[in-house]
Amino acid sequence: MLLARVVGTVVPCIVVDGLAGVPLLVLQPLDLAGSASGSTLVAADPTRMAGCGELVTYEGGREAALLLDPWFVPVDHAVVGIVDGLDLPTATGERS
Amino acid sequence: MILGRVVGTVHSTIRHPFFANRTLLVIARTGTDGGPVGGYVVAVDAVGAGVGQSVLVLDEGNGARQVFDSPTAPVRSVVVGIIDHVDQD
Repeated sequence: MLLARVVGTVVPCIVVDGLAGVPLLVLQPLDLAGSASGSTLVAADPTRMAGCGELVTYEGGREAALLLDPWFVPVDHAVVGIVDGLDLPTATGERS
Repeated sequence: MILGRVVGTVHSTIRHPFFANRTLLVIARTGTDGGPVGGYVVAVDAVGAGVGQSVLVLDEGNGARQVFDSPTAPVRSVVVGIIDHVDQD
């Protein structure tokens, strides 16, 4: 699971069965400093509540599809949750 | 499995039901000497680890679901151990 900022939405006109009505978001992965890290990706949003500008956690791989209901769907990234608070007392990884 | 140090926690109210009452830890990856090597992962805690501790993180879905005894748990990264020390030749 990694952190990302929602930077956009994708509106498809045709999708495979199982993905109808599932919001698709454009995510910008972040590093621990909050800076953009790598290229953007498109993720399904099973919470249906994430919007542009929000900080979210997302999962990749087969586990992403397991976040959806039904879960046997062709999805490779999905939002796990919307981050209320990120507590990073020692972001450098030094022993506190 | 990967080595890391717990550097923080993530709190979410709107999230998948599996993560209710589970602790999400931010783990900075470390080398065998405990120094940061870049990169991080957000993992579910299964051992009661806290900020500052060196931990062992399982980053594979089937094993993670085995830890939680659930074939459909949407989880891949799990903290499965707290490290005392690492010996290296």
